[in-house]
Amino acid sequence: MEHSRVKLKDHIRETQLFSNRVVLAGLVVVLLLITLIARMIFLQIYSHEHYTTLSQNNRVNIVPVAPTRGLIYDRKGKVLAENIPTFTLELIPEKIENLEEVIERLRTIVDLTEDDIRRFYKTKKRSSSFRAIPLRFKLNENEVARFSVRQHQFPGVELNAHLTRHYPNGEVGVHALGYVGRINEAELERLDVTNYKATSHTGKLGVEKQYEDFLHGTVGYRKVETNARGRVLRVLEEQLPIPGEDVHLTLDLEVQKVAEEQLRGKRGALVAISPKTGGVIALASMPGYDPNLFVNGIDTKNYKALSQSTERPLFNRAIKGRYPPGSTLKPFIGLAGLEYDVVHQGTKINCIGWYQLKNDEHKYRDWKRTGHGPMNLHGAIRESCDIYFYDMSLHLGIDRIFEFNNYFGFGKATGIDIPGETRGILPSREWKRRVKNEAWYPGETLITGIGQGFNVSSPIQLAVGTAILANHGLHIQPHLGLAVRQNKDSDLMYFEPEVIGTVPIENKSNWDYMFDSMIAVVHGTRGTARRIAKDLKYKIAGKTGTAQVFGIAQGEEYDKENLADRLRDHALFIAFAPAEDPEIAVAAIVENGESGGGVTAPIVRAVLDAYLLQEPDLL
Amino acid sequence: MARSPLSQGLNDNQQQGAKGSLNRLHIDWPLMTGLIALSIFGLIILYSASGENWSTVSRQMIWMCIAFVVMFFVAQIPPYQIQFWTPWVFGLGLLLLLAVLFFGEMGKGAQRWLDLGLFRVQPSELMKFAVPMMVAWYMAEKSLPPSFPRILMALVIIAVPVALIAKQPDLGTSLLVGSAGIFVLLLTGLSWWLIGGFGLILAAAAPVVWFFYMHDYQRQRVLTFLNPESDPLGSGYHIIQSKIAIGSGGIYGKGWLNGTQSQLDFLPERKTDFIFAVFSEEFGLIGVCCLLLLYAYIVFRGLTIAYQAQSTYARLVAGSLVLTFMVYIFVNIGMVTGILPVVGVPLPLVSYGGTSMVTLMLAFGLLMSFHTHRKLITS
Repeated sequence: MEHSRVKLKDHIRETQLFSNRVVLAGLVVVLLLITLIARMIFLQIYSHEHYTTLSQNNRVNIVPVAPTRGLIYDRKGKVLAENIPTFTLELIPEKIENLEEVIERLRTIVDLTEDDIRRFYKTKKRSSSFRAIPLRFKLNENEVARFSVRQHQFPGVELNAHLTRHYPNGEVGVHALGYVGRINEAELERLDVTNYKATSHTGKLGVEKQYEDFLHGTVGYRKVETNARGRVLRVLEEQLPIPGEDVHLTLDLEVQKVAEEQLRGKRGALVAISPKTGGVIALASMPGYDPNLFVNGIDTKNYKALSQSTERPLFNRAIKGRYPPGSTLKPFIGLAGLEYDVVHQGTKINCIGWYQLKNDEHKYRDWKRTGHGPMNLHGAIRESCDIYFYDMSLHLGIDRIFEFNNYFGFGKATGIDIPGETRGILPSREWKRRVKNEAWYPGETLITGIGQGFNVSSPIQLAVGTAILANHGLHIQPHLGLAVRQNKDSDLMYFEPEVIGTVPIENKSNWDYMFDSMIAVVHGTRGTARRIAKDLKYKIAGKTGTAQVFGIAQGEEYDKENLADRLRDHALFIAFAPAEDPEIAVAAIVENGESGGGVTAPIVRAVLDAYLLQEPDLL
Repeated sequence: MARSPLSQGLNDNQQQGAKGSLNRLHIDWPLMTGLIALSIFGLIILYSASGENWSTVSRQMIWMCIAFVVMFFVAQIPPYQIQFWTPWVFGLGLLLLLAVLFFGEMGKGAQRWLDLGLFRVQPSELMKFAVPMMVAWYMAEKSLPPSFPRILMALVIIAVPVALIAKQPDLGTSLLVGSAGIFVLLLTGLSWWLIGGFGLILAAAAPVVWFFYMHDYQRQRVLTFLNPESDPLGSGYHIIQSKIAIGSGGIYGKGWLNGTQSQLDFLPERKTDFIFAVFSEEFGLIGVCCLLLLYAYIVFRGLTIAYQAQSTYARLVAGSLVLTFMVYIFVNIGMVTGILPVVGVPLPLVSYGGTSMVTLMLAFGLLMSFHTHRKLITS
């Protein structure tokens, strides 16, 4: 019994001990629960905002959407640059089990080069997951058809249509239009990062570059929900991109075509301007190239062929070409002579074939060795007498020649709305001291007066000068951009032509005198461009010119047989028509063409015909 | 005090006969209600966490039914028989653990499963209740508080299976099994001096465990726990995404099936260990409080059962199992909310997975058995 009593005592003590511990355990449980709730309050109330932001960032991605680039039209609404859908073969690696095997199988259906495959793997390395990675661009119709029927055999391979810039007229107008290309590193720094987030291409040259801001448009975006692997599940919010504005040019596609056709096989340039508006009707530089080659990156072989050709097709002669204007400068010098009263409309000089300065043995020769005999300014323009202009220039002096030619825009950028034009050189005392650190010699005034010597101008400068002449001195800035339009339904917003100035001519009859003289160049029986007068339905006022490629030493005979082709004179022609009320002014040059009247004038006439005799606008 | 199993059984039957027919089922209805409520809660959460996958939910329902059936059958066994079979269960568990060590199947870099042809078993699950039962059985032999040699012996009983489980390696389970055994010792009324002494020894042993006993991935987990941002896409990803899910849930939650973190796959292991994050994101702090109250209800009902238990063995086992249940809750929620390192402990009765649910319900079956087989004591 005693044993049992001890047991009983122990039992009570045990129970007591256990009960204490259970109560303690209950307290610990309460403590643990409070800890958890405190933690939850910290996370769900105190840090709620922070974690809500993180959760939003986790799932919501903003995907930029590129705007559609605006189109480019000519003055009659013909398309010069458009966007066409092209098919790209794209792979989503996460959806493909055996990538190499799938690419091998695709090879039997579409043309795949090693370059394509290498570029694919390179892009794949940089892309995030669940992105379609392009394998082949610009599939042709056959490839599209072949793949489409077998698409079910290729899970994870997609045929996607993208819009690609396309120039339907190929190389026609390329030097005015320019082209777009993939954005490079340098451009990436210059362009608006936000607006170009989804854009892959930008204007590289010409109108495409100059009017980039209009053509590009405004980026849109899509707020999408993605899962943890970056896969887009749904669109939460969408802001559509604003497409780029269409740009209408003053360029006339038909006239442009004629200009390029006329210059085909030659190296040369032609610029035609509407004198009343400054609108450029044609801007040709030949040879040209197909801008479509550059849109998705030109391959090395084609690029080498273009960049290393001695014909320099990539060089925009129309705005960058630097040529001595030669005798095409004579109408401007002649006007100066009249205006500064150095000569009068009837003043005659006897041309004996050469001219000498006092105290100088040097003989300044006329292009016609025998001379033109006695002639006034009219004859000197018509027959392009150098002696008359030597004498007149000497009396004008370089300062007045510089001052007057300045009004016609020589030696200055024309402000044409495509990048890269040259300023040319309109020589002056100041210019010579600055550039050559030498004094001006009187002999240099003589050769400046016939457009040789230091004179350098581009075809567009010459065209602008001609337009100012045709316009009785009103200088309007040349431009290609005519108007922009947000979309087909909205109104065209015209650019206002900018008037730069007026040539201060006191005696208005001097204009008529010069016009008559230039009409005689074409229509006179002794005119240097009389050959193009045949069957003319309107009157052309023109002036021929030849520009020496190098100087011919004193007393040396000009032997064209022995001159390599590249050393022959450049042939120039400027003209405006109809002479009574000029609608178009043209300047053209054919490199090493030798004869302004024989080679270049017919080209200009064809362009004038194309513009003036075409069917009335239907627009 | 030698007891005859037979005579006690007769006593039980007589007592039960006096009570209503409900009690003859040996179900503790307050506890049962809590468990059923929790199970329904769990299924609703799982439906969302599985991405509205009915087959996952129905598989879980089947496991739930099995678990309840197991609980029901265990509840029918009289406590003295449970006590009687304890050493055998423990022995079988040890044998299976050794078998796993030699013949076990690999899964996720750990050797936990034993293929018995028809089905695979995880012997470490068995130890979750076998270890506290064994320690309680050993402690109940002599009067309490236990003498020092007996405490050491008890520690050996705990340490062997814990070491075997940790070797698999399964840190989470070994910690749960170890704590279940330790809880029994603490409940025996171990003197605080001894508890303090062992605590010091454990603290001293921690570096040894760290350098010689832990796997690289386990060490990584602890390091990541200390600074999750150090590896946001690697091992820290779980914790960061889980905290984002919970924090963005706020007070009211994003609504059932509307948790972006979970539905869009940002949350890893969302059906199993991290299901609490899914729940907090969708049901918010209010939902969390409800869930914790439900857990608290079950725990306190369990502690009451332990408190009212009539034998030392039953008291110790019941107390230890309930406290282990609480550890489950605390460790799981603690790791999901980032206050404890990530150890693979499921949220009891909510996480997807059959084995742990059967184990848990078996433990509750034991509690019910202890409670419903009590003799009325007349003073």
